[in-house]
Amino acid sequence: MSEQAKTGDTTVPRSRGGSNALKSYLGAYGFMAPAGILVIVFFLIPVAIVLYLSLTNLASSNFTSNLAIMEFIGLKNYQTLLNDQFARKIFFNTIFYVLVTLSIFNVSLALLVSLLTTHIDRSAGFVFRALWILPRITSPVVYILIWKRMIAEAPFGIINQFNEALGQPTYNYISTNPWVFVVVVNGFIGVSFGMIIFTSAIESIPRDLLNASLVDGSSKLQRIRYVIMPLIRWPLLFVVTYQTLSLLTSFVEIQLLTDGGPGLYRTEVWSLTAYHRALSNYFGNAQWGYGSAFAVLLVMIGVVLAVIYMRVFRFDELIAEPRVEAL
Amino acid sequence: MKVTIDNLSKKFGEVVGVENLTLHIEDGEFVAFLGPSGCGKTTTLLTLAGIYKPTDGVIRFGERVVNTVQPKDRNIGMVFQSYALYPHMTVFQNIAYPLKLKKVSKADQHDRVRQVANVMGIGELLDRRPGQLSGGQQQRVALGRALVKEPDVLLFDEPLSNLDARLRLTMRGEIKHLQKDLGITSIYVTHDQVEAMTMADRIAVMSGGHLQAFDSPDELYDRPKTQFVAGFVGNPPMNFVDVSVQASNGRFFAETESLRLEVQKERGAPPASHGGPVVMGIRPEDIQIASDPNNGTVSGEIFVVEPLGREDLIDVRIGRHSFLLLADTEDRHQAGERVSLAFDMEQAQFFDPETEKSLLWQ
Ligand SMILES: Nc1ncnc2c1ncn2[C@@H]1O[C@H](COP(=O)(O)OP(=O)(O)OP(=O)(O)O)[C@@H](O)[C@H]1O
Ligand SMILES: [Mg+2]
Repeated sequence: MSEQAKTGDTTVPRSRGGSNALKSYLGAYGFMAPAGILVIVFFLIPVAIVLYLSLTNLASSNFTSNLAIMEFIGLKNYQTLLNDQFARKIFFNTIFYVLVTLSIFNVSLALLVSLLTTHIDRSAGFVFRALWILPRITSPVVYILIWKRMIAEAPFGIINQFNEALGQPTYNYISTNPWVFVVVVNGFIGVSFGMIIFTSAIESIPRDLLNASLVDGSSKLQRIRYVIMPLIRWPLLFVVTYQTLSLLTSFVEIQLLTDGGPGLYRTEVWSLTAYHRALSNYFGNAQWGYGSAFAVLLVMIGVVLAVIYMRVFRFDELIAEPRVEAL
Repeated sequence: MKVTIDNLSKKFGEVVGVENLTLHIEDGEFVAFLGPSGCGKTTTLLTLAGIYKPTDGVIRFGERVVNTVQPKDRNIGMVFQSYALYPHMTVFQNIAYPLKLKKVSKADQHDRVRQVANVMGIGELLDRRPGQLSGGQQQRVALGRALVKEPDVLLFDEPLSNLDARLRLTMRGEIKHLQKDLGITSIYVTHDQVEAMTMADRIAVMSGGHLQAFDSPDELYDRPKTQFVAGFVGNPPMNFVDVSVQASNGRFFAETESLRLEVQKERGAPPASHGGPVVMGIRPEDIQIASDPNNGTVSGEIFVVEPLGREDLIDVRIGRHSFLLLADTEDRHQAGERVSLAFDMEQAQFFDPETEKSLLWQ
């Protein structure tokens, strides 16, 4: 006699059997479908296409609309890339740019702005935060033009005009300190993301908890250290992870500000190279295949980093088991 | 520690939290703030704790004016309605937190937390997190955290209102016992008048940001100075009727078109000399259903019977007046039944309908 038959007539809920499980999974997949389809269409399929392109020698110089004769060259693009004398420099440029911008602006300054603006008068805090959002909602072209105008050489640059008026020497900022400006320009935009997330996290800590901490004898600083920081751990980790990945892949502001220069690859980052090689007519030739190899490596770095973050920060521990149990 | 509050006001812009509050609380006294929702109890408490700055007035702990003293320098313990335990800390760390901030050594922290935990009966739970505790256990942890630093003043903000009725009863006893044992000046906010009556040495009755009365529970119950206090203290609440009190031949009668009750001279003379209509108050426990009608009783009809277990709460209609009273369940009264009521007029209260002040006690 089967297990099913023995207990079939009772009303005791049984462990999930075959068709039941399928049903409950179907429900789950159904709910995941909208997000899943987006990920497939806008991430997995493009990655697959780029991956394939990176294994071909497709370029504007040998372009053919007959895809059947597109030459498959295996890993040759990757070989070229590894032997590329500038790839190494660009790689370390990228690490430098991401680390510095992330740590100083996207996380630390964002946290500082959130903590400060939540500890002052509410409406004043709101105004300060609104100001910090301006760089993000301004079109990148306009935003970069403003910066360029600020730091341009004498006699055009606004800062240099002040220098002149005050009898100071003038500077060509972008050629003497390109990294400072690449980081600052991106950092000012980067602050707002963390700021919004951190502020909402801090605001949603129950008032009683914050009051209890003061009554228990902490100063405002100790309260930040012992109560607020631990309670916003999750948003903090989220911002670190998310912003690392978005800094890795964003290049518009750098392209507009320095376009990787001045000189040879001084502020060139990996994603910008992928763009330059594949789409920006590199010495008259758009190397779609070779550029794709750069893009594929970037995706791989991103995935590896994401996995490492999840492990190191133990994201799975932060997510509670769903409260709704399927019966 | 004596706590002296003089003319304290706290306003949030236009909104009045509490206004012109004066209270002198003795060392070791247990004072309850009692009042309906929104009357300013929490505001007063948080102002005492130093979370809010007073808009006006002076607060003294002992002789020290603490108006601008930071919460951390006031040496207070506070228990919140929501418990406000730190979710990321274990029970041990929660209780040890005030000690850690005081830079007490690790070993001493350990001893004192253990000791407090044992007193609170949560010695077994020290490694758990608040999320893994029941409401009652969380309440004990919160109390332990407030007590561990041996505060000069203990503040409670409706600490029992999230507990079930049974647990509330036990905790009530425990808190009162502990407070008397430790002799820490305590202020206990509640809107439950049973809690206030049973626990407090004195009760501050508040309403709309103003102090209505500050007296011992018995005093508030027997000699309420305002109609608000009379109605708020006591459960089920006092019955109020508009009457006029007439004197005839040295005797006094409280009258309406359907009622005529004799009042003793001490209680009847002041409302009679006040003249015009007054409000008479009589508690449910001072009205009995008489078994045999005589000339002192009034006849009425039972409108509704609400069984409370030990006794029935009965609403009796006399003319257009309605009186709540309590009767033995054994008597099995039914709605629609006609009954005779005997009023114990020695307990009747009289209030000026304009000022709502008592005509008997000033
Ligand atoms: N931070 C604040 N800003 C503005 N108004 C406030 C603030 N806190 C309290 N109030 C107002 O002050 C009045 C008193 O509030 P309070 O919290 O002291 O009431 P309460 O007596 O504790 O009530 P409850 O029994 O519901 O807790 C209310 O009208 C309330 O709306
Ligand atoms: Mg309150």
